[in-house]
Amino acid sequence: MRLALVGVSHRQAPVELRERVAVDPAGATSLARELADGCEAVVLSTCNRTELYLASDGTSDHLDERASRTLLALAGNDGAALAPVLYRLGDDSAALHLFRVAAGLDSLVPGEGEILGQVRDAFEGGSTGPLLDRLFRQALHAGRRARVETAIGESPASVPAAAAALAQQVFGDLAGRRIVLVGAGKMSELTARNLRSRGALIEAVANRTAAHGEELAARVESRAAGLEEIPALLATADVVVTSTSAPGFVVEPASAAAALRGRRGRPLLFVDLAVPRDVDPALATIDGCFVYDIDDLEAVVEASLAGRRVEAVRAEQIVAVEAERFREWQASLAVVPAIASLHAHAEEIRSGELAKAEGRLGRLPESERRLVESVTSQIVAKILHLPTVRMKEAAAGADGVVYADVVRHLFGLGEEEQS
Amino acid sequence: MAELLVWPALLAYGEAAVAYAGSLRGTGASARLGIWGVRIGWLAQTALLIAQALDSDGFPWGTWAGALNLFVWLVVGAYLIWGCTPRYRLLGLLVMPFAVALLVVAWAGGGTGVSTQDSAGWLLALHVGLMLAGFAGLTLGAGLAGLYLWQERRLKRRDTGVLRLRLPPLEALDRLSARTALISLGVLSAGIVVGLGSFQQGDFDLPMAVTLAIWALYAVGLLLRHEKGLQGRRFAVLLVAGFALVAIVLPLTHFAS
Repeated sequence: MRLALVGVSHRQAPVELRERVAVDPAGATSLARELADGCEAVVLSTCNRTELYLASDGTSDHLDERASRTLLALAGNDGAALAPVLYRLGDDSAALHLFRVAAGLDSLVPGEGEILGQVRDAFEGGSTGPLLDRLFRQALHAGRRARVETAIGESPASVPAAAAALAQQVFGDLAGRRIVLVGAGKMSELTARNLRSRGALIEAVANRTAAHGEELAARVESRAAGLEEIPALLATADVVVTSTSAPGFVVEPASAAAALRGRRGRPLLFVDLAVPRDVDPALATIDGCFVYDIDDLEAVVEASLAGRRVEAVRAEQIVAVEAERFREWQASLAVVPAIASLHAHAEEIRSGELAKAEGRLGRLPESERRLVESVTSQIVAKILHLPTVRMKEAAAGADGVVYADVVRHLFGLGEEEQS
Repeated sequence: MAELLVWPALLAYGEAAVAYAGSLRGTGASARLGIWGVRIGWLAQTALLIAQALDSDGFPWGTWAGALNLFVWLVVGAYLIWGCTPRYRLLGLLVMPFAVALLVVAWAGGGTGVSTQDSAGWLLALHVGLMLAGFAGLTLGAGLAGLYLWQERRLKRRDTGVLRLRLPPLEALDRLSARTALISLGVLSAGIVVGLGSFQQGDFDLPMAVTLAIWALYAVGLLLRHEKGLQGRRFAVLLVAGFALVAIVLPLTHFAS
């Protein structure tokens, strides 16, 4: 059986080309059904890639052609621009590529978690047979292993995620923690959503323009407040996210001091996403106050990404091991028919000889007849065990076809059918 | 023969200390090796203590070195409660080198062998056991406070690696160290009360005075935490200062007297 992959990804193609061949999950399912005419097909389409995986008994070139034609047809008028950036991979390389994709090693941000779910969705929506079923199951396994056995997916890869992770470093579980948003910027909203997804409550959105504040408050299920309420909000907040366009500091030690005294030493984290900054850095000198500005957060993200890249080296090793296992399994397919014929042939001889001896065996009691059946079966199994193992080993080493031919020749497998 | 058991304990504790240092590089395997080192070492030391108890005529840990041996066992035992969870494994970085050092001192002082000289009564044994358990808890509390101060420093300085090498959250460290100090103070109080049972006028000496000072320091600290909200960095500093009294001043006054 042969495997072919044709695709386009963020590594070679700009978004203008990728969006031409992108399909939604329902589209991927129907496209896979169309392609699976006499073969197996899975369509993996995300914002960073569209890849067609095909497998059949035919030649790999034939599958390549069919997949390429499909992608070029999807691109329509941009087909000429798409053709040079398409990649075509077969068998081992295609499998390794999918395993790397599932592990997040081919993603824009190494180790990003979404891709594993997208691979699973593609698999579930695909028209799979023995080869693609095995390939995708093993890819999902490789992706899970990479995430469990390395820290590739642990560190945040964006400023909002870093802000939420820092809040967890201060407070632990964020469930029920009170967040105050100062300013109604996009970044502030993204951070608020990230914190909310971890259980935090958005207590208030304080903004100079009431209408904007109310809009954001409605989106994050909170209430709008005026900037003059900030000192009072500081007394109860756990995390303050600021992103105003004010030219000076919005939160200063003098105005915050009274509120901070009432906190009885409880920590308070300021996440300042604004440029120029909203929070006076002098606040960081107060016990229990932690101030992170946008540069600090970006530095944290950069350090996290560097960590991910280090972990990616370990994840690559895991992926390589899984790809090798798949290669061995796929190679063993070449000798499976020969092994099956050999076992069937041996069984035929065994049962034939027993049938010949039926006259003499018929006089034996039932228990002894069963014993004879069992012993002869065991003899056949033991004789065939080593040749079977050796053929599978040879298949893993690329000599499988030769061994299969030798076995067919030595035992005359298939000759009776031909004659 | 019993004394030989100190070697597997020392080796395993030492391995754990090295493995925890290795886990700073972020490999999960090192941390797992560390945890197993602690478990195996603690079991070996437990066997040592049992052998000492069986071979001894009376309370086998009445000498300073013997008490130190028991103290190490209690500290590591208390650490095992949290240290086996991945979040708190880095506490082992502070606890295990300390445990190794103290166990070596206990061994050098003859505290890991069998002593037939001291046949103290059960009241004194209970007193010593409770006092050592209390001090062990305070040691662990100081370890947690140390971890708090480290984490707080990283956050204050906006260390870019703060999310790569993750320590337990600040609030959890603060809460746990306070809880540990409270329980330890309770155990220490029980030890003092039991000790009063055999107290005679004229027995009062410098170590007793220091012990009472330590008790008062922790009691005042916990009271201030409850009443005035003394928490975070200031409470952590108080726990570490208390530990300095336990680890440095108490042994010095003991030997001086």
